[in-house]
Amino acid sequence: MDFSHSLLSILIWLPIIGGIGLLAIGDDEDTTSSRSSTMRIVALGMSLLTLVLSIGLYKWFDNDTGAMQFVERFSWIPALDVWYYLGVDGISAPLILLTTFITPLVVIAGWDSIKTRPAQYFAAFLILEGLMIGVFSALDGLLFYVFWEAMLIPMFLIIGVWGGQRRIYATLKFFLYTFLGSVLMLVAFIYLYGQAGSFDLFEFMNVPLSMTAQKLIFIAFLLAFAVKVPMWPVHTWLPDAHVEAPTGGSVILAAIMLKMGGYGFLRLSLPIVPDGSAYFSGLVIALSLIAIVYIGFVALMQKDMKKLIAYSSIAHMGFVTLGFFLMWSIAASSGAGLGMTGGMIQMVSHGLISGAMFLCVGVLYDRMHSRQIADYGGVANTMPKFTAFMVLFSMANAGLPGTSGFVGEFMVIIASFKANFWYAFLAASTLVLGAAYTLWMVKRVLYGEVANNKVAELQDLNQREFIVLGVLAIAVLLLGLWPAPLVDMMNVTIEQLLQQAGHSKL
Amino acid sequence: MLNYYLIIVLAPLAAAIVAGLFGKQIGRAGSHWITILAVGLSCALSMLVLRNMLWGGAPSENISLYTWAVTDGLRMEVGFLVDRLTALMMAVVTFVSFMVHIYTVGYMRDDPGYERFFSFISLFTFSMLMLVMSNNFLQLFFGWEAVGLVSYLLIGFWFKRESAIFANFKAFLVNRVGDFGFILGISGVVMFAGSLDYAEVFASADQIAGQNIELFPGSPWNAMTVVCILLFIGAMGKSAQAPLHVWLPDSMEGPTPISALIHAATMVTAGIFMVARMSPLFELSETALAVVIIIGAITAFFMGLLGIVQNDIKRVVAYSTLSQLGYMTVALGASAYSAAIFHLMTHAFFKALLFLAAGSVIIAMHHEQDIRKMGGLKKYMPITYWTALIGSLALIGFPGSGGFFSKDLLIEAVHESHWEGQGAIYWIAYLSVLLGVFVTALYTFRMFFLVFHGEERMDAETKSHLHETPWVVTVPLILLAIPSAVIGWYAVEAVLFGGYFGDAIEVTQRHDVLGRMAADWHGSKGLVTHAIQTPIFWLAAAGVFTAWLLYLKRPDIPATIQSKVTGLYNLLDRKYYMDDLYIKGFAAWGRSIGNLLWKKGDELIIDGVIVNGTANSIGKLAGVMRQIQTGYLYTYAFAMIIGLTMLLSWLIWFR
Repeated sequence: MDFSHSLLSILIWLPIIGGIGLLAIGDDEDTTSSRSSTMRIVALGMSLLTLVLSIGLYKWFDNDTGAMQFVERFSWIPALDVWYYLGVDGISAPLILLTTFITPLVVIAGWDSIKTRPAQYFAAFLILEGLMIGVFSALDGLLFYVFWEAMLIPMFLIIGVWGGQRRIYATLKFFLYTFLGSVLMLVAFIYLYGQAGSFDLFEFMNVPLSMTAQKLIFIAFLLAFAVKVPMWPVHTWLPDAHVEAPTGGSVILAAIMLKMGGYGFLRLSLPIVPDGSAYFSGLVIALSLIAIVYIGFVALMQKDMKKLIAYSSIAHMGFVTLGFFLMWSIAASSGAGLGMTGGMIQMVSHGLISGAMFLCVGVLYDRMHSRQIADYGGVANTMPKFTAFMVLFSMANAGLPGTSGFVGEFMVIIASFKANFWYAFLAASTLVLGAAYTLWMVKRVLYGEVANNKVAELQDLNQREFIVLGVLAIAVLLLGLWPAPLVDMMNVTIEQLLQQAGHSKL
Repeated sequence: MLNYYLIIVLAPLAAAIVAGLFGKQIGRAGSHWITILAVGLSCALSMLVLRNMLWGGAPSENISLYTWAVTDGLRMEVGFLVDRLTALMMAVVTFVSFMVHIYTVGYMRDDPGYERFFSFISLFTFSMLMLVMSNNFLQLFFGWEAVGLVSYLLIGFWFKRESAIFANFKAFLVNRVGDFGFILGISGVVMFAGSLDYAEVFASADQIAGQNIELFPGSPWNAMTVVCILLFIGAMGKSAQAPLHVWLPDSMEGPTPISALIHAATMVTAGIFMVARMSPLFELSETALAVVIIIGAITAFFMGLLGIVQNDIKRVVAYSTLSQLGYMTVALGASAYSAAIFHLMTHAFFKALLFLAAGSVIIAMHHEQDIRKMGGLKKYMPITYWTALIGSLALIGFPGSGGFFSKDLLIEAVHESHWEGQGAIYWIAYLSVLLGVFVTALYTFRMFFLVFHGEERMDAETKSHLHETPWVVTVPLILLAIPSAVIGWYAVEAVLFGGYFGDAIEVTQRHDVLGRMAADWHGSKGLVTHAIQTPIFWLAAAGVFTAWLLYLKRPDIPATIQSKVTGLYNLLDRKYYMDDLYIKGFAAWGRSIGNLLWKKGDELIIDGVIVNGTANSIGKLAGVMRQIQTGYLYTYAFAMIIGLTMLLSWLIWFR
């Protein structure tokens, strides 16, 4: 059956409708009741169905064109020339696939560990999934903005309702940070609408803009996206949000929501304000390198596992922004594409690895109700299967070749060497720092003698946890050993983007 | 041949996966059988490949297996380059690995992690083969890091021991410091040659050497020098060259079989192999070669000295390994790549033998490793004694043994390599390797005499249980003793002077020391008969004599010396204070920076002043928000719908 002409809409609305359906089914005090299990099965079924349908996105995707694919375009608000305009290319399709891949895992991971209002919990994730796919496929500025802001609501609820002790502080910080950035983006959109007479992103890309306008728009975009990525120094909401969020929330936050920032740079900043991007590229590179080195050191000292992984996320996302903004520093004919491809791969890979790391911490938290490294020690004695997975993901986090964590970093380091030896020098410091903070945690948590009675009583992974981590492990290894399918998906789009961004609008 | 190569590489991988994932199902015997058979098959086929190269005249093969990724004009592939250098490495790696697999059956017999251990060593064999068989830098780096991973897992194999998990963490980090240089070197290769493929990079070597890179404004560096030094930093990490050597002695926390396989015979020689493989690049930078030879000379001499004061049997052998790796590095720096690889090969046999013999002693002594508590083991363990003697003689270069040919000619090559303008450097190198011979003989026979001869210093309980180890232990010892004894005699002419490596190793005319030495070559017999006339022989003999005098004849002297020169003794005992520098210096310093940035940067300035400062001023708003947050979803949903309606109406009607 060919439903490719409306595939994107299906992927957006199916989980949202599923989520509303879950709310209709509602909760049951008794978690073993049939209503309760129906609810879970519907949640899993919806997320899996979305995943299955999204395979079409990969299967029917044409690697040889830089044009938008799976395009849907209907008038939405004619008075404003606002369109319900969807489409994907080589940079958005992989991120949608990542979203549909991660969501079912989150549902399985929360299967019976969520005791309070499970139906609402799963509903929030399904709705969030649809909204995130919406962000990645919207080609109309206003539609993009609506999805972008709407996405905050379920995440706000997930942290605020199912979060930890200081969840109010964390949600507020999260909300204020992101909202501040987004509002500026809206202002930029309205200005662009005034210039182009439409919210169509392609009109935004084509409209000529003065250097001053470009600089201002770039700054507005930068604030919106830098907060999301997050880039140094607007990163401090992330560790707090992660610490307070439930496991599933952390996974989605790290695996997908952070990617919105990187995606925004590619979809909006570079093509709409190329000269502004060129002007500020040095700044972005500097911030990215600070993120890699500074945050690497900060991560080293963390005592809370989730904070440690959150900081490590910031450092890894530094590679993304570094890779994207190298093109103006590279004089050679090739290399810029390598940086950009590397940045994109790093986004996908980081989604898998950070998601897996947060799930690992979740496994421990479910059993011990502590995230403090000091409360653990010698977990390998009681949880050998878990240890195998956690060591694998930690190695991936440290960028070991053969895992997906290596691919993007390798490409970005090569590209940054072409730009400037010292960029590469600072970026490559992650080889040491990344290994230091990740493996030091591994040493303190997993290895050693059994630290206390609670550790001695730990049960190894159950089947459900094993499946979730196993699937992620396969994905991490597959992408590390054979990234070609993913790279091929992006090549043409990135070439085109490089031309667009290299072409002055003045 | 591709099918052979695939089997050679994939058989150990498959066995590792089966033993690792299904170890409990197939049991202990199942785990060791499947891995031993797989590595045995791999070894047999590697021998066949080597045979075909040597006698069948098989050509080098460069095969691309699959495309890892292509982007921005850069092809990243996975493939095999099997030439004579690779074939030799494959044979050495798989043979030693095969021996160690068998030996492990005896050594790890009572260990609860038996299946896991077999899985890891098979995985190591796979990784090492990927490294040596690679035809490009990407896969080289993959193998490079994969062996590092397995090394990490195996050093920390007994993960309950604090010392073991400290050692594996340290090993991984120090290696990563080397890899930091290595990946920059690879990036440089891509920048200047535009490819990761060996053949393409080597073909554009002249072009790389013709470019400059400005590391600091106004000071251009030759691109080849920069690339080679960066690559060599990688080799310094993996092959434990000073000052990145600190991880290797600590790696002895791992079980003895892996000390033999990984930390003596194979993985630590990866750096040596890599530089030899990159000979077309290193040849074009005399500055880089000078760096190589100086680092090698420092390692060869000063690490050997440390071996004299160690009391742990494995650590003595470990410092010896450091020193011998220094010898190989010196040979690389003298452009005698073939000599380095030849020493690598003989060393792989006799050092694996020495480690396994040490392991045999450790089993007999019930895991006592202090040589001061041994002595007189000769009569209890005859097979271990004789094989260890062969290994020790090979290590000190006793005329006719494997080590004799490789070390003698290595030193000779350094002696010959006085190039214009580099006189001082080569004198330092030559003296280091020459005096190192005395040091080697001294620490080797100090250990040998203390373990096997003299007074029996162990307690009565241990003594009553002393006996020779089982056949799974002694057979590998014998099988390794044979090549240790004879390989030099038969292989030296072909490897060093017969052009064995063909075009796998490139040496420019100006640097071709081995070519010049070939003129004076009169066969193995000639070299042995002339041995007595060389200073090398007398230095070794003096070393053995000193060891005999100090540790058998007059064991009171060392204590006297120790009390007379405490400063020097402490310097050696504390390993030149390098560990203190790293742990109390760099590591502590890194943690302080981390704390400073976290507490002062993130928490005080960014969060304290900027974020919460702003937040406090709108603190009242937060209070209001708390009221709104009822926690009931319908409230939120209601708010969402209201908001959306308002937004839409504003857009449509009130714009």
